[in-house]
Amino acid sequence: MLQAETIELKDDIDSNRGAKGSFDVRSLVRWESGLGIVLIASLIIGTVASPQFLTSANFFNIGLSVGDIAIMALPLTLIVISGEIDLSVASILGLSSSLLGFLWIHGWPIQLIIPVVLIDGAILGFINGFLVTKLGLPSLAVTIGTLTLYRGIALILLGSNIVSNFPASYTTIGVNPIPGTPLPWSVGIFLILALIFGVVAHFTPLGRSIFAIGSNSEAAAYSGIKVKQIKMRLYILSGVVCSLAGILFTFRLATAEYDNATGLELNAVSIVLLAGVSIFGGRGTIIGVVLAAATVGAIGNALLLANFPQQAMGLINGGLLLISVFVPNARELFGRLRGHYARRRLVGLRRG
Amino acid sequence: MNLTIYLEIFGGTSLSNDKDSVISLTGAKKYFGAVHALEDGQIDLFAGEAHALVGENGAGKSTLVKIFAGLHRPDSGSLKFDGNEVFFNSPRDAIEAGVAVIYQEPTLFPDLTVAENIFMERQPQRSFRRIDYRSMNKAARVIFSRLEVDLDPTRLALGLSIAEQQIVEIAKALSLEARVIIMDEPTAALSSVEVHRLFRVAETLKNSGVAILFISHRLDEVFTLCERVTVMRDGRFVLTTMSSETNEDALVRAMVGRDVERRSDQIRGIDLKPLLEVEHLTLEGLFADISFTVAAGEVVALSGLVGAGRSEVATAIFGVRRYDYGSVKVGGKALKRGSPSSAMAAGIGLVPEDRRLQGLVMEQSIARNIAMGSFKSLKRKGLIRSLTETRFAADWSVKLQIKYGNLGNSVSTLSGGNQQKVVLAKWMSRSPKVLIVDEPTRGIDIGTKAEVHRLILELAKSGVAVLVISSELPEVLNLADRILVMREGRLVAEFDHKGATEEAIIAAATLSKEVKAA
Repeated sequence: MLQAETIELKDDIDSNRGAKGSFDVRSLVRWESGLGIVLIASLIIGTVASPQFLTSANFFNIGLSVGDIAIMALPLTLIVISGEIDLSVASILGLSSSLLGFLWIHGWPIQLIIPVVLIDGAILGFINGFLVTKLGLPSLAVTIGTLTLYRGIALILLGSNIVSNFPASYTTIGVNPIPGTPLPWSVGIFLILALIFGVVAHFTPLGRSIFAIGSNSEAAAYSGIKVKQIKMRLYILSGVVCSLAGILFTFRLATAEYDNATGLELNAVSIVLLAGVSIFGGRGTIIGVVLAAATVGAIGNALLLANFPQQAMGLINGGLLLISVFVPNARELFGRLRGHYARRRLVGLRRG
Repeated sequence: MNLTIYLEIFGGTSLSNDKDSVISLTGAKKYFGAVHALEDGQIDLFAGEAHALVGENGAGKSTLVKIFAGLHRPDSGSLKFDGNEVFFNSPRDAIEAGVAVIYQEPTLFPDLTVAENIFMERQPQRSFRRIDYRSMNKAARVIFSRLEVDLDPTRLALGLSIAEQQIVEIAKALSLEARVIIMDEPTAALSSVEVHRLFRVAETLKNSGVAILFISHRLDEVFTLCERVTVMRDGRFVLTTMSSETNEDALVRAMVGRDVERRSDQIRGIDLKPLLEVEHLTLEGLFADISFTVAAGEVVALSGLVGAGRSEVATAIFGVRRYDYGSVKVGGKALKRGSPSSAMAAGIGLVPEDRRLQGLVMEQSIARNIAMGSFKSLKRKGLIRSLTETRFAADWSVKLQIKYGNLGNSVSTLSGGNQQKVVLAKWMSRSPKVLIVDEPTRGIDIGTKAEVHRLILELAKSGVAVLVISSELPEVLNLADRILVMREGRLVAEFDHKGATEEAIIAAATLSKEVKAA
């Protein structure tokens, strides 16, 4: 009997290992491989559109255009997987940028400003988290509120001042790539963060818990997962990472302004959804976010080189967003349509 | 019309009857990928008759119901309504044809009145498309009087008991002139008084010529209500018989394909020192002054009516619900209030009442669900590998004999009984000191039920303090060394295993006089 059980157990593991490869991974990879194809397609289109596309200088430009947004998209991904949203990311970036400028014109040393700005990001994230977890308010409403609130504070802080007298040693990160690569610093930081986020999301108890919360927060709580604590920490993390993005953004443009990165939260959300992260929570991968960020950057740049009017870029972002919500649900939608027509046929038959 | 099929239906039916067949399904097959949910679905419903469909979980009953309800299309087989072949492509087709399904837990609109719920999308109208409330309420009253129930059509659906909600659904079905009413485990969450009332309504329906398909795990109900019984096993039709020509044992044999032994009493060495101590636990409005202990190796049952506050006490002990006063101790050490992780650290586990909502993350894999309470112990150098998780899950699936296609599939692909075993595995794998099981066998089949009972008793034997909450008295009597009875948020009686009878427990749970026994 015991022996039989052992053999059975071995079979289970074997069959499951095969199945893991065929089920779990396949369904996830399908979206990511689709993204990969879109990315390659946009690279080809870019190459055709302009001979400059495939140059290292241009790769640097692509990196610069999406680096900060992609960084914001990482913690946002975890928040969306946990079933919530944070629309205040770009405002946290803007407020951090303003605070940086404000402290700089008041003569603070950069070495002190940076930690203060990061702490400020943590506080802003904590406010979001407090409203969502302690007061139980819907995160969509809360972060729309703090989206305007934080931007308002940035305006009070800096007014219409534009701070741009930062030391050149810092602002070179907007001009020079990481030595030996065509990548800007923001992309390097993004990739390192993506690696950390990927490991946390997919290979740690915390990651498992975040997915469980997003799928069924009640069952997660009944499994001893600290739902509120984890959500709170994700918001704080989002605040810190966004203020880091704010610092990079400011140095990259060598400019601190209250309206830095206005509206970029939607680009961050587009990347997250294009990555295949379910807006309802519980599903998504970090590798998807990396691919989505690259795709968004490549498409935007290819269109730029093809002289596509920059004012109309919203068309592309909005379109990508809709497509990424539509495609995962497409099968169900088509199924519904089919049922609809089949029923009409049936009704027709019945009348006839 | 295809003559061979015609002959198959009318020439091939083994039970000839003078009543008219309203709806019949023959040779139905339904596959979901590689899973054969239904191999040979066959049932014939007659006007004015209640027909029971019984079988273990996974026998294919739900699939069959979903075919009738228009939610699934069979891959092959034929569905006939009044002798004509029909295709239900959507629930609407089924409703239009006259098939209504009453689910175990109806989904009414809580903020609308009873009458508005009944006539949703079909409200009688006055000029300018205004809803004619007077005639709508009147029509609802007419239906209720036909059903001989007393329910106010103008009250909000909010706050209706599950039993009343089912009656509203039945009224809705009648307003749609349904000729077939399918009741999918309607009695699982009902008290015996409510079951009685539901049966009275069902009799009225039968008398008015409605064909009823009744699905239940409680065989006594089958014999009370139904003229005819169909047994299914492993997706296949086993037999159809008149219920007057069979008995419970024969049905159980047909359902499980073997004899089920009834458990005998067992004597265990129970530690005299209490392991779980609950003192003066109080939560305003839900329960008050609850004190009891459970010793290692002991099974204590918390009995009482649905709504007496039993689950609330359990969730308060486990920490997902906060309490106002009192204390919970494990091994003499007080737990932090309102903290499941502190309860778990002290060795408490809770198999919750609602496994779909509280016990499982339905869209995640079987392996992930089993491992959900053990993430911390599964990590090596901070990381969890999928293989470790899968091995762990496979190990426990074998121990609990969980039947699954593969561990990477989502847990929603399992039958109810196996889902419950997954929840049990999640907690047993943590080697708990105290395990609270809330309605451990609700809605699961007889075979699995016996296995779950065996697991609970084995746990106790190995020194776990077990607290069982159950609405099924035979289960309580079967499992428990001591039985505590709750009524309206208070502990009102305690029985030991020998002194307890169903009658005494019911009396304590329902009467206002306190019963002291044993």
